[in-house]
Order: sequence, then structure tokens, then C-alpha cells
Amino acid sequence: MNTSWNCTLINQLNLIIAMPNDKNEILNEITNSDYKYGFVTDIETEFAPKGLSEDIIRYISQKKEEPEFLLDFRLKAYHRWKEMKHPRWAHLTIPAIDYQDIIYYAAPKVKKGTSSLKEVDPELLKTFEKLGIPLEEQKRFTGVAVDAVMDSISVKTTFQETLNKLGIIFCSMSEAIKHHPDLVKLYLGSVVPYADNFYAALNSAVFSDGSFVYIPKGVRCPVELSTYFRINAAKTGQFERTLIVADEGAYVSYMEGCTAPMRDENQLHAAVVEIVALKDAEVKYSTVQNWYPGDKNGKGGIFNFVTKRGLCKGSYSKISWTQVETGSAITWKYPSCILQGDNSRGEFYSVAVTNHYQQADTGTKMIHLGRNTSSTIISKGISAGFSNNSYRGLVRVAKKAENSRNYSQCDSLLLGDKCGAHTFPYIQVENKSSIVEHEATTSKISDDQLFYCKQRGIDTESAIGLIVNGYAREVLKQLPMEFAVEAQKLLSISLEGSVG
Amino acid sequence: MEILNQSFIDTSFWEEIFSQHRSIITQYDTPWITQMRLDALEKFSSLGIPDQSHERWKNTDIRKLLTKGWTFQFKPPEKPVKVEDFFLCEVQGFDTLLITLFNGWYTYKNAPLRILPDGTVIGSLRAALVEAPEIIENYLGQKADFSQNAFASLCAAFASEGFFIYVPDGVQLQKPIQMVNVVNYSEPLLMQTRNLIIAGKGSSLQLLHCDDSNNNEAAFTNSLTEIYVGEGATVDYYKLQNINDHSVIEHNAYIYQEKQSLCNTYSINLHGGLIRNETYNYLAGRHSEGNHFGLYLMDKNQQADNLIFVDIAATDCMSYALFKGVLDDYAHGVFNGHILVRKDSQHTQAYQSNRNILLTDKALVNTKPFLEIYADDVKCSHGATVGQLDKDAMFYLRSRGIDQDNARLLLMYAFAAEVLNRINIPALKDRLDDLVKKRLRGELSICDQCVLHCKSPEKPVVFDIDLSKI
Amino acid sequence: MLLQIKNLHVAIEGKEIIKGIDLIVNEGEVHAIMGPNGTGKSTLASVIAGREDYEVTEGEIIYKGKNLLEMPIEQRAREGIFLSFQYPVEIPGVSMANFMRTALNDIRRYKGLEPLSGSEFLLKMEEKKQLVEIQSQLTNRSVNEGFSGGEKKKNEIFQMAMLEPTLAILDETDSGLDIDALRIVANGVNKLRRPDNAFIVITHYQRLLEYVTPDFVHVLFDGRIVKSGKKELALELEEKGYEWIKKEVSAL
Repeated sequence: MNTSWNCTLINQLNLIIAMPNDKNEILNEITNSDYKYGFVTDIETEFAPKGLSEDIIRYISQKKEEPEFLLDFRLKAYHRWKEMKHPRWAHLTIPAIDYQDIIYYAAPKVKKGTSSLKEVDPELLKTFEKLGIPLEEQKRFTGVAVDAVMDSISVKTTFQETLNKLGIIFCSMSEAIKHHPDLVKLYLGSVVPYADNFYAALNSAVFSDGSFVYIPKGVRCPVELSTYFRINAAKTGQFERTLIVADEGAYVSYMEGCTAPMRDENQLHAAVVEIVALKDAEVKYSTVQNWYPGDKNGKGGIFNFVTKRGLCKGSYSKISWTQVETGSAITWKYPSCILQGDNSRGEFYSVAVTNHYQQADTGTKMIHLGRNTSSTIISKGISAGFSNNSYRGLVRVAKKAENSRNYSQCDSLLLGDKCGAHTFPYIQVENKSSIVEHEATTSKISDDQLFYCKQRGIDTESAIGLIVNGYAREVLKQLPMEFAVEAQKLLSISLEGSVG
Repeated sequence: MEILNQSFIDTSFWEEIFSQHRSIITQYDTPWITQMRLDALEKFSSLGIPDQSHERWKNTDIRKLLTKGWTFQFKPPEKPVKVEDFFLCEVQGFDTLLITLFNGWYTYKNAPLRILPDGTVIGSLRAALVEAPEIIENYLGQKADFSQNAFASLCAAFASEGFFIYVPDGVQLQKPIQMVNVVNYSEPLLMQTRNLIIAGKGSSLQLLHCDDSNNNEAAFTNSLTEIYVGEGATVDYYKLQNINDHSVIEHNAYIYQEKQSLCNTYSINLHGGLIRNETYNYLAGRHSEGNHFGLYLMDKNQQADNLIFVDIAATDCMSYALFKGVLDDYAHGVFNGHILVRKDSQHTQAYQSNRNILLTDKALVNTKPFLEIYADDVKCSHGATVGQLDKDAMFYLRSRGIDQDNARLLLMYAFAAEVLNRINIPALKDRLDDLVKKRLRGELSICDQCVLHCKSPEKPVVFDIDLSKI
Repeated sequence: MLLQIKNLHVAIEGKEIIKGIDLIVNEGEVHAIMGPNGTGKSTLASVIAGREDYEVTEGEIIYKGKNLLEMPIEQRAREGIFLSFQYPVEIPGVSMANFMRTALNDIRRYKGLEPLSGSEFLLKMEEKKQLVEIQSQLTNRSVNEGFSGGEKKKNEIFQMAMLEPTLAILDETDSGLDIDALRIVANGVNKLRRPDNAFIVITHYQRLLEYVTPDFVHVLFDGRIVKSGKKELALELEEKGYEWIKKEVSAL
């Protein structure tokens, strides 16, 4: 794809975002209150028996025809996990989880070695169409390569050929293990070790699939890479594992989306994402997280316990996280950057919305190890209903990280007097040449702003949608175009019913 | 008596010490107070000495300091002590009502409780336990919930002595009251003292609370201060802490505020091995206001650890906190700020700020300004910074001919002055100004004895350069 | 008759600000309301627009034959009432274009009209921007954020032009404007005058009225209209000052 053409396209899209054409659509969706991704696909699925044991891990590994080193990795993680306790420090009320009552492997039955679209089960294609993720390339509006993961298995990766020409590897983790075992062996667990924390250890033991990205030296990936995660089967957990490696001077923008059917039971999602950026490389990772949040009485919904971490390994490397969190019953998630290379840079942009009985404890860690490293944190929390929304972040500047800088801005917006908004920043500085600044505010939408909008003829609900989107704009503008419009809609929808 | 080191972090050790010395510890008690001690001891035993997995103790290893081993002195000194022999308050234009503890015991032999003409009572808590049990039972431990606080519980179990101040309704005290604890003991001493301050409806009170070392021996002070601020009352509470490098202060202050009351606290940490101040401010009544200011100037291996917990439980309350620190050498600064706005505490305005300057690569800062908010009509914010002296300002000063050391000093002083300027007693502010300047020039040490009272008061500190010229 | 205010009494936090106002505004008219500070001018504007802090203790307001006081704020706006704010609030992150488009299409929907497409809307915006000589790209500027005082006032008139109200209330739109900006604002207002709409111009000084000729001038003092007249009254007021009114009132 020609770069200058790409730029023009983005400018045009920018305009669309500044003035969404779909305001009415948003309003319509606001009045239709239901979670619109809550359907279930009736598809033949292969399950592992319930529960977790060494046998189950061997079963998963065998199913996936994995090499020995991976089975070792899994088993080591499993044994460590058995000794670990789930973390209790978050501002969350987590009901007891019976880890033996979960199915750790569920795969839609797909013909082996699917390479062309014709071979994909039509039911699956329909599912993703319904989710707004057409897998047929000609239907794609811009250049976005998609890897679609349903339950535990990657069902289809698009745009393979274009990427192959550039030497870019974008495939499911299972394929990567088969075809690029050396790369996987080199980097898997290098950023998030198997014993990093309770959920990461669990994931390391049982992860089934996920995406793998490798961008070779000096290559700028011309299309957005995107993975779409979908939980379909009941009683299952989803444990995907994503690994992104950007070699020296490479660039990639990666997007992740997710949905799940509406079910009364809670389902566990414990993913791990690892990013490695070598010298001069840049990785931009965007998430729109819209797992089923439970109903308005707090019944059901996904437990989203995710470990995401990037390593800026080389000098002048950069990793940027952007997340829009609207879904899940409980979110426990801290996409982080380890700034090891000198002059490397980490960014974290987040909008987290909680409504009804949702709980979120989310934020980031910026660990400054190299010289002249810098990081920026912009977090916007919005709480409504009976929900609790916490920002929790760590900025640590180590002794050797001379001349490092961090700027953090964490704002909370409260809609209603039954919800909570909390900010828990941790700052540790160990040298004299670095500067760390943290500012946070908590407020509500001002009556003057509401009056101003209403005086112009805008009703309360859309005025709030408008103001909230404005409040979150600093973060939303970091999203790739495709996502930005979806995210704007999501914000309004998530807050629907939050004002009386 | 010297006790085995490790045992100091076992709760059973403390239970045993208590039962061994029970008759001495409880000799002034009413049955009600003894019961309170037993409850507190039980609470302490269930909590244990906090380790670093505890959120509020993450950055301070108090267990290590306890295991150094300490002696106790459960009885007041047998010979009366003349504190005046080594203590004299000579701050120009600063006239206070002075009450003193020596090694944790009240030193005025004749008048353990003084009743001033306006009805104000000041003096020893031990005396108050005996002479004013009805006031004690209404207030002591009644307006503070330290059920989750191990050190406060421990203190409540053991402490028999401390300061007692009662200001009747409507009384505006003209002179500040100054409470001083001077420590001079031949062995490492662990003291537990408990202070109760009651400011009646519409009263006003200025309070200085000084902790001073008088020699170079280590000391561990675990103290608990309860302040009740009645409806419409005003209390200014200044804590001046200047102890030697081996000594530890663990101080818990519980401040309970009725409606339309105002309380300002000031923590000035000038010198000390570990100074840990925990301030729990409960705003119980509407339109009450609690403000907290702090300044810590630490060097060598010193550590200052300030915790401010503002619990807002009524509407239309305000709270402002500003803590600033300069850390040199290997010094460690810790700030735990926490604003809790309870449900329905509408129209709250709260702000917390913590600013730090690190002078070396060995110094360390941990700052955690937390906000926990359950009401929607609020304006709350916090900020924290860690950095250096402003390079542009340095350049500006030097371009005016000021040498680097002086420029540095000036800027540090200016940084500290923001807190000092909040002090409401002019004479105290001037004196602290001098002390801070001396501290920043490295001239203040333990031989300066204390903040305010020295037999040979220092000449006022003058900068080598004239501030007005820049 | 477009607007009829009958014996209006208004209080805020128990304190009576407006103490019985009667006013009739017909289509095609421009009414100026003058008076010293703190006499209830802005309160009157806020009450017509529907600000909720105020309590109407007595009287009624009839607008287009309907009881205005029963309508929610946005319905009043959709029925054609526009308030040019004395202190327009900033709404960070919300672009002017997005804001105006939402408002315009909400009003159109209320009237049963099709929403404007993106291009139609852009054209309309360009056209109205010229009316008040706004040069900057409103598409990417947030509502009133970082606007100078003059820009904010011009922006209010721009919005008025976009929404084409039936009854526009200009609350001290002239305050804080330099002479050029004042001329631009007045010019904008004059271009928007039509036989089927009306204006209430609230001002402290006479200078805006040099450019926007009023049909009627009312003097508000201590919550009441104490004097009404033609445009000459404004001149007289300018000449003699408000002390003159105060004396006349106290003489009564």
C-alpha cells in the first residue's frame, strides 16, 4: 500500500470522526439497551474434560501437536501456579472461582490446515459477520489484516499473502509454534515469565491460542493487524496468548477486539500479551474491550484478568498501549512498559467505563531502567450506576535511569452518587536527575455544561454522551480510525441508563 | 532490662510483658480503663506488628527497627527532674504554656493538672485518669477507630502517661500550649505515651508538640494523640520533630471534627532516624475543614514517612494537604496520602499534593496519593512530583552573580517556604525559618538540642546574600 | 404574540430576585432590557431558557400559546428559544462541529425534518461562519475552550445563526467586546432579524443599541420593569445615568 495514499485516507477518516455521521445511530443504539453481541453461535465444538490437571495440560499440548519445550513451559507454570494465591490487593470484590469447574480447551471443529476462506465453516463466517468483522478480504474497508479467535482456536487469518511478501509473520500462536518454533522459544515468556503472577501462570499452563506477530528488521507494517477474540462456548475459560516482536527499526499497529455471549454464569478470561520492541522499533497496541459485562443487576459477565506487558528492549524503541474498556464484570488489567533501552518510550492511554455493578481495577506500570527514558500516562475513568472504577499505576525510576521523565494525568468522572471512582498511583524515584509528575482529578459533569448543551436543544442523555466523549477524546484520538468510531459508540451505549 | 531482640515482633512477647507489669501499668486505672487496655492488647495481638506486605507499610521496615532491642521504664522517675536545668525556651516574642515529658513521664512535681483561670485544664494524662475519669471515659478512645492500627492499639494497652488538655466551650486560648517530650536516657528506651486533647464548642487552641533527643542514645517513641475538635472550634496542631539518627518516632494522631470546625496540622520533620507520622482525620460534621501541611528535610540514612488519611463523612467539607520534602544523601521520603469521600458526602472539596526534591542518586522517594471517592458532587484532585531544583531558576540566579551553592540553597529554601508560610504563629514561623535555613546548610544537628529551646539560642541565621536583591 | 410574561416572580435560594415582571414580545420586534448590575436581567434570561437553580414563585410565561415553564430546557430550545450566554462554558474535547451538528439535528428531528448530511452541514457552517467573520477551523476546536472573550461571544452569535431561533435572548453579549467585535456581533444580529422572529437584548450600556436598533426599551430595577419606552429611552438613560432611575423609583 502506498503510504501517501494511506495518509490521505486517514485525514478523511479523521474528519468523519470529528463529526460522526452516525449520531442518530448512536441515539438509536442508546435506546436499544441490550448488549448486542450477546448471541450464541450453534457450532460443533470439541471440549476437553472439565478441570485442570497435568493430564489436561498434556491433552492440550498433544491436541496442538506441540514441541517438547512448550509442554515443559506449561508444566513448570502449572506447578508454580498450584503454589500461588490469587492477588487480593486490587479494589475488587471477586467471588471465589472454582478452577476445577472450568473447561480449559474448547475448539470449534474446523477442518485442519484451513488456508482459504472457502474452507472456513460458514457458521463461523456468519458469526464474525454478525460481529461486524467480515473475514472476506474484499469486504474490508481499509487495509486491516484480521486474525479471528473463537473460544480457544484461531479460525482465520486474512491478508496472509500481502504480509508474506514483506516477511511479516502474522498467524495464530499454534501455527507459529509449528512453523516458527525458534522465534517462539526465544521470546515466549521473556517479558511475562511463566511465574509472573497467578493469572499469568494459569495462562502459561493452559493457553490454547492467540496471535503471533513478527515484523522483520526495518519493515513498517503497511496494514493494521487485528485480532478479534470471541468466547462462544459455555463453561469455558479463554486463555489466549499473544506475542508481538518488532525487530530493529520495525513498526506495527495492532488492534484487539473482544465480545462474548450473554450468560448468567461468570466466565474467566485470563490472557497474556507480550511485546518486544528492539532498537528503534515501535509497537502500537490498541484494545477495545467489550466482553459481556453482566446484566444490570450484576449477574453474569466475564472476569477479565489479563497480564499485558511490553519490553522496550532496544534504545529508542517505543511501545504505546491504548485501551477502551467498557465490558467485563470485573477487570484486572495493567498494560505495562519496561523501558530498558536508553531513550525508549512508553505510553498508556486508557478510557475505562463501568456501569451497573461492573468493577474495574486497571492502570499501568512504567518501569524506567534505561537512561533518558520517558513515559506518558493518560487515564480517564468514568463510573456510573453501582460500579467501582479504580486507576492503579506504578511509575518507578531506577537509579540508573538518569534523566528520565514521566507525566501522568488520571481523571475520574462520576455519574450518579452510588458509584465509586478511585485513584491509586504509586511513585518511586531513585535518582536525582529524573522528573515525575502526577496529576489527578475527580469530578462530575458540571451543571453549566449540561445546561449549555440542553439550551442548544440536545437532550440530557446525548449531552452526557457528547461530554463524556469529549472528556475521553485525548485517549480516543490515539486509536486507529477503525476502532475510534466503534469506541465512541461504545462509550455512549455503556452509559445508557446511567442517568435518571 | 535488655530483652532478646527477635521477640519484639512477636505479639506473645508483648502480652507477656503486659502481664508481668500489669500491676504497675494499671495502677492509676479505673476498671473501665483497664478493660480498655485489655481490649486494645487483644486487638494488637490479632493484628501483629505490620510487615511490608501491608499496604501502608510497604516502604518502611518497622520490624527491623523494633528488633534492635529496647528497654522499658514503666514507672515514673523516682527523683523529681528539673527539666529547666537543661531546657529553656527562649524564642523571641514566643510565649507559650509549656508542659514537658521527660523520657515519657510528666515532670511537674507540684501541679500535675493545672487549671487556668478560663477553666482550661492542662497537664498529665496520668493525673487526669485519676482526677477527671468522667471526661476520660467520654473521650479517650471514643472518637477514634484505631481497631486496624497495631501501634495505636499497642500504645493504648501500655501507655499510662502523656499530655491532657481540655479547653472548655467558648474559650479562646491566647497563648499556644507547648508539649515537649525530651528524651535523655542511658540505654535504648522504648516509650509509649498517649495524649488527649479536647477543644470544646467554639473554642480555639494552638498546640505545639515537640519531640527532641537530648543525647545520642537511641529511643523509640510510640505515641498516640487523640484530638477532639468540637462544633465551630479551631485547632492548630504543630508537630516539630528533631531527634537523633538512631531514634524512631511512630506517632498516630486521630482527629475527630464536629460541624463547622477547623483543624490545621503541621508536621515539620527536621532530623531523625525514622519519623513516621500517621494522621487520621475524620470529618464527622458538615462544613468542617481539615488541612495538613508537612515539610521533611532528611539526609544521611534518615527516613521520613508521613501518612495522611482524610475520611470525609459529611457534606460540604474541605480538606487541603501539602507535603514537601528535600532528600539528601541516602535519605528516604515516603508519603501516603489518602482521601476517602464517603457516600453522600456531597460538595466535598479536597486536594492533596506531595512535592519532592532529590539531591542525590542514592536518595529515594515513594509517594502514593490515593483518592477513594463514593460521592459524585465533589471536586477532588491530587498531585505528586519528584524532581530537582528548577534549572532555569538556577541559571537565572547564577546569571545575577550568585554562586552555585547559594543559588541551590536559596531555591531549596523557597521550596520549603511554601509550607512554612502556612504557619499561623509569626514567632514560630520566624524561628522555623531560621532552623530550616540552618538545616539546609547542614548546620543543624542533634547538639542544637531541639527546635525551640536551647540554653544558648542561636543567632538568627542570615543568608550570605541579600534575598531582596534578586 | 410570541412571548407573554405575566406577573413573574423568581427566587433563588429563597431570595426573591424578580418581583413581578410583565412583558409582551411580538414577532419582528427587538426589545432591549437595560438596568444596573444585580437587578435581575440575567435571571430573567435564565428563567426563560429554563435554568433549574431558579424557582418561579408566581406568575407565568406563555410562549407560542404554550406554558413555557412546563417545558424542559431542551424542548424550549427546540421550540426556538436561544440564549446567548454571558459566560459561555467550556466543554473540553467536544468539537464545535460535533456539538452544533448534534444540536441542529436534534432540533430538526423534533420538527420532523430529516437530519442534515455531513456535506450539507459543513456548507451551512461555512456560510454562517462568514456571517460573524469567524476564520478559525471550528471542526477541530473544542466548545469555547481556549477561545478569547470576543471569540466566545462571536461563537454564541454563530450558534444562533446555525440554529435559527424564533426568540433569541442576548445576555450582555456586548460586554467585554472591543469596537470591531461589537460591530461584527451587531451586524450578525441585524442580518438575522426577520419578521417572524424576535430578540431580547439585555445590556448594561447603550452602545450595542447604536448598532442594533430596538423597538422597545425597558428599564429593569430591583426586579421590576420601572420604565418602558422607545429607543430614545436608551439615549436618555445613557445621558442621565441609572441614578436618575433610582431617584425616580424612590420618589414613587
